[in-house]
Amino acid sequence: MKKPDLTVEIAGIKMRNPVMTASGTFGYGEEYSSYLNLERLGAIVTKGLSLSPKAGNPMPRIVETPGGMLNAIGLQNVGIEAFIENKIPFLRTVDTPVIVNFFGNTEDEYAEMAERLDKIPEVSGLEMNISCPNVKQGGIAFGSKPDNAYSVVKAVRESTIKPIIVKLSPNVTDIVEMAHACAEAEADGLSLINTLTGMAIDLQKRKPVLANITGGLSGPAIKPIALRMVWQVSRAVDLPIIGIGGIGTATDALEFMLAGASAVQVGTANFISPGIAEKIVHDMERYLVENRISAVRELVGALEIQ
Amino acid sequence: MKKDEMMQFKSMVIFNDQISPGYCKIRLTAPREIVQSRPGQFVMVRVYDGIDPLLRRPFGIYDLGVFEPEYPNMPKQHYLEILYKIVGRGTGILQSLHHNDYLDILGPLGNGFTMGNEDDEKILVGGGFGLAPLYFLAKRLVSVSNVKVFIGGRKKEDILCVTEFERLGIDTYVATDDGTLGSMGLVTEVLEKYLSDGGKRRTIFACGPGPMLKSTAAIAELHGISCQVSLESNMACGVGACLGCVTKGSSHTEEKPDYRCVCKDGPVFDSRQILWG
Ligand SMILES: Cc1cc2nc3c(=O)[nH]c(=O)nc-3n(C[C@H](O)[C@H](O)[C@H](O)COP(=O)(O)O)c2cc1C
Ligand code: FES
Repeated sequence: MKKPDLTVEIAGIKMRNPVMTASGTFGYGEEYSSYLNLERLGAIVTKGLSLSPKAGNPMPRIVETPGGMLNAIGLQNVGIEAFIENKIPFLRTVDTPVIVNFFGNTEDEYAEMAERLDKIPEVSGLEMNISCPNVKQGGIAFGSKPDNAYSVVKAVRESTIKPIIVKLSPNVTDIVEMAHACAEAEADGLSLINTLTGMAIDLQKRKPVLANITGGLSGPAIKPIALRMVWQVSRAVDLPIIGIGGIGTATDALEFMLAGASAVQVGTANFISPGIAEKIVHDMERYLVENRISAVRELVGALEIQ
Repeated sequence: MKKDEMMQFKSMVIFNDQISPGYCKIRLTAPREIVQSRPGQFVMVRVYDGIDPLLRRPFGIYDLGVFEPEYPNMPKQHYLEILYKIVGRGTGILQSLHHNDYLDILGPLGNGFTMGNEDDEKILVGGGFGLAPLYFLAKRLVSVSNVKVFIGGRKKEDILCVTEFERLGIDTYVATDDGTLGSMGLVTEVLEKYLSDGGKRRTIFACGPGPMLKSTAAIAELHGISCQVSLESNMACGVGACLGCVTKGSSHTEEKPDYRCVCKDGPVFDSRQILWG
């Protein structure tokens, strides 16, 4: 049998396979370059970027929980200037699409970021993190109300011709409603899920474990919720979907594809096995061969429901 | 760092012994390249294949070595050793491992100590399993420099490695909070007294609990002695990707943040590079 076709196209971005790395779990690619071949990945999604550098939260920022971890990094990042100066030169040498995850404190900042990123030829696509607070609206997250999500996505749409992927927050009452709002604002794709807000308590000290009190839950513990959300959104909205949440094996990845994802992102699992994303590609290919499936695209949304 | 210096490897437990109540030493097989590890570097250990516990645990390298194979003609087997304190689920599982059990290891990671001028007297200051990287360092230093070690802890049981240091011919100074071993009080008080002669050229290397490092750094500053500290932190990735392990650098302000990754920029820092909270 000839080699199965792993290629996918998401929001106009052509990828050699559906396996991407998730923002904030893979640095700027370089950190992992000695553990795996970056050119075996579908795409690299970089750490959340903002206009000016961001300090992030006080320590402790991470804690392990059963089957997962909580993080409150606080979106620490180098800012767009330093990104262009120090990170792009390396990424330019890697023949893999780079998708830049970004955020802003206000709608205007999102638009300005999009405008700046639009001019960088090495950037194949933009992933908007809308899980962060809008400082002009009392700090409620852009991604928690459909109207706000619509408006910020629209502002970004008007600032770039590059593909826009909106990363949805699971911390909402109805994620389908949010997806509709993004589709209406002409997003090119959706990625889900971001982390679920949680907390951990130290009984002995009677204190929260994280300095920020709450943090985002990621890892295998969130996979069932992520699968459910991908399934719901894919049935309701006609946009390509990138599935995220607790993916650590090719089996996990393929389950997300059955649920309706055209591609996946691997997050927390990178921390445990730095070469895991490449292994998932390899195992996915083997699965297709063993099951005589000629193209991975055939599995997208192929969940059978009586 | 070059590719060949970092590895992910399966490792077999050779022995896993309690060395003091609550503290253990484990010897693990390692590929030959482990010899390139420098004192102060660490490894990330995955104690269990499943998802709980999920993350790796960082441990400073305590010792390296080679042992003769069981059968002739077999290649020599390299090993590494780490010390650990049983504190939670991860180290609890680690403690339960026996000879022939397997672990998954990532490393060596981070930057090690800079050895400094051979003629300087080398002062090592540590507590608890913070002694691990200092012992590895002492083994390298002792052939070329004059080395002294200052060990502190709450009680007798927390004082590790004294015989190991003495076997290297190194003078050890011990202090415990409750006076059950050595002098009663803080080891940094003993250090102060020792340094008060002012005379010699010295370098300090420290690894241990935060307050011990902080006051060691202050003493070094006061005496104009250069001081390297090896910091500890919660870690998820160990390679500079998650930003979960940061510490504030000396120029840190809210406007111009200066966060350093303990895993990648450290774990060893010049004490003047750190903003001591
Ligand atoms: C340490 C850490 C940092 C993260 N930083 C970002 C970020 O900057 N922007 C973003 O959109 N998502 C961020 N995420 C969320 C991940 O990209 C991903 O959506 C989430 O972790 C779920 O996937 P996982 O279970 O595979 O980790 C971060 C996650 C972790 C664990
Ligand atoms: S542990 Fe991830 S950056 Fe240090």
